[in-house]
Amino acid sequence: MTNADKNRLKDKAFQVFGVFCTFIGLVVLAIFLIDIIIEGASRIDWDFLTSLPSRRASRAGIYTAWVGTLWVLVLTSIIAFPLGIAAGVYLEEYSKKTKMANFLEINIANLAGVPSIIYGLLGMEMFGRIMGLGGSLLAGALTLSLLILPIIIVTTREAIKAVPRSIRDASYALGASKWQTTWNQVLPASFGGIMTGIILSLSRAVGEAAPLIVIGALAYVPFVPTSPTDEFTVLPIQIFNWTSRPQADFLVNAAAAIIILLLITFILNGIAVYLRNKWQKRVKW
Amino acid sequence: MSKKNYKLEARNLNAYYGSFQALKDINIAMEEKAVTAFIGPSGCGKSTFLRTLNRMNDYIDGFRVEGDVLLDGKEIYTKDVRVDELRKEVGMVFQKPNPFPKTVFENVVYGLKIQGIKDKKRLTEAAESSLRKTALWDEVKDKLDKSALALSGGQQQRLCIARALAISPSVILMDEPTSALDPISTAKIEELIHELKKDYTIVIVTHNMQQAGRVSDQTAFFYMGELIEFAKTKTMFTSPKHDRTQNYITGRFG
Repeated sequence: MTNADKNRLKDKAFQVFGVFCTFIGLVVLAIFLIDIIIEGASRIDWDFLTSLPSRRASRAGIYTAWVGTLWVLVLTSIIAFPLGIAAGVYLEEYSKKTKMANFLEINIANLAGVPSIIYGLLGMEMFGRIMGLGGSLLAGALTLSLLILPIIIVTTREAIKAVPRSIRDASYALGASKWQTTWNQVLPASFGGIMTGIILSLSRAVGEAAPLIVIGALAYVPFVPTSPTDEFTVLPIQIFNWTSRPQADFLVNAAAAIIILLLITFILNGIAVYLRNKWQKRVKW
Repeated sequence: MSKKNYKLEARNLNAYYGSFQALKDINIAMEEKAVTAFIGPSGCGKSTFLRTLNRMNDYIDGFRVEGDVLLDGKEIYTKDVRVDELRKEVGMVFQKPNPFPKTVFENVVYGLKIQGIKDKKRLTEAAESSLRKTALWDEVKDKLDKSALALSGGQQQRLCIARALAISPSVILMDEPTSALDPISTAKIEELIHELKKDYTIVIVTHNMQQAGRVSDQTAFFYMGELIEFAKTKTMFTSPKHDRTQNYITGRFG
């Protein structure tokens, strides 16, 4: 075997290895999906979506859970988006590159890596006890907002950074103020990127159970929340609760609820992809 | 005040990026409704100086100036001068055409809109008149609601000039406005400069000696942050006083 043959062989070997590595992720996901769908798909019907939780698996539904999840999503969006986008805009456009800004930057990146259960503890103490919100929807949404704020800030900054300097120059040179430039040029041009970031951060928030369990969201809520101060449950907690029961029927319920949760996540990610493509087409430099 | 009324003046102007001194003791006076060209090798400070004339360097961290810059005899680097007001008076065109990713119409009227002008008729009239001044009207009058990014590079640059004219400045700064354009588009821009100098004071930075010779009335040669020579363009190109100027304009360095 010549040297060239050996090299070619190595090349081939690495290609095969690469394909293998790439497919591991896909295969695991596929097996997981197939398993869940086989187990839970037949359980999903109108009753399952509109029934309250019950001690009997066949009568239990996820009505309170998915309504709670939607509530949490909406409240979290209302709280986290303005804060995160404003912070991102400030850091990128306004703050001078001082040591303080540097310090802030590093710490925001660090915050994104803090385990979610720690946010739960913070939320329990700050929102639950000190602000007296207890295990309410509002406490949950505030906690999840803290959790996704760093992600929103970082993606907002990335999106804003991608707007070319020349666009800002053009706006300033026409007498625009910083705010006018940000509002009329920078934000519209980075809108797609910002939306993508915040939707992805929402789809993370949707899947969180740990911090909400800590702040006291309940597994058994026999009513649908109607205001932000109501107690609530969400899909991940419902799933967690069902999987920890001994009866096999509840596992089927859990599988069905997982399908619904995945559906919500996929829809959110789909919207993110759609927005990204749509806005990338519109804004070309 | 000097006897003559100069449009733009710099007196003992020093500028710094942090600890780096970009401009050293610049003294220059530019006449009204004339074209002044800034030439010199890369990094000589000509663009920095151009950008001090409408305070575009303000947003750069660590940039500061000492000395005076005067517009119509009035200091522009004082606290009571509002930068947005200054830039309405001193417009700017950049090296690369940089239209906003909006329609042609929105580009032209942007400067007016941010001043709070909403009257549709007034905006339409301003847009047409600016586009006519840049000889762009006939080319784009049917495309006013199309994206400005669909225009050719030369058209985009003339749109950028029209955009600057729409807010009725008296001075237009041009930072190598043709360096990204083909020769035909370049010729059109130069022709435009000839037209515009009837009504506007123009300052143009250029790397192209022939261009400086063709379009400008006076030329300033910068080197290493200093203003080496400033004279009538004809005089400078036929009998420069300094060796450095001579070497640069004959292409021996740069």
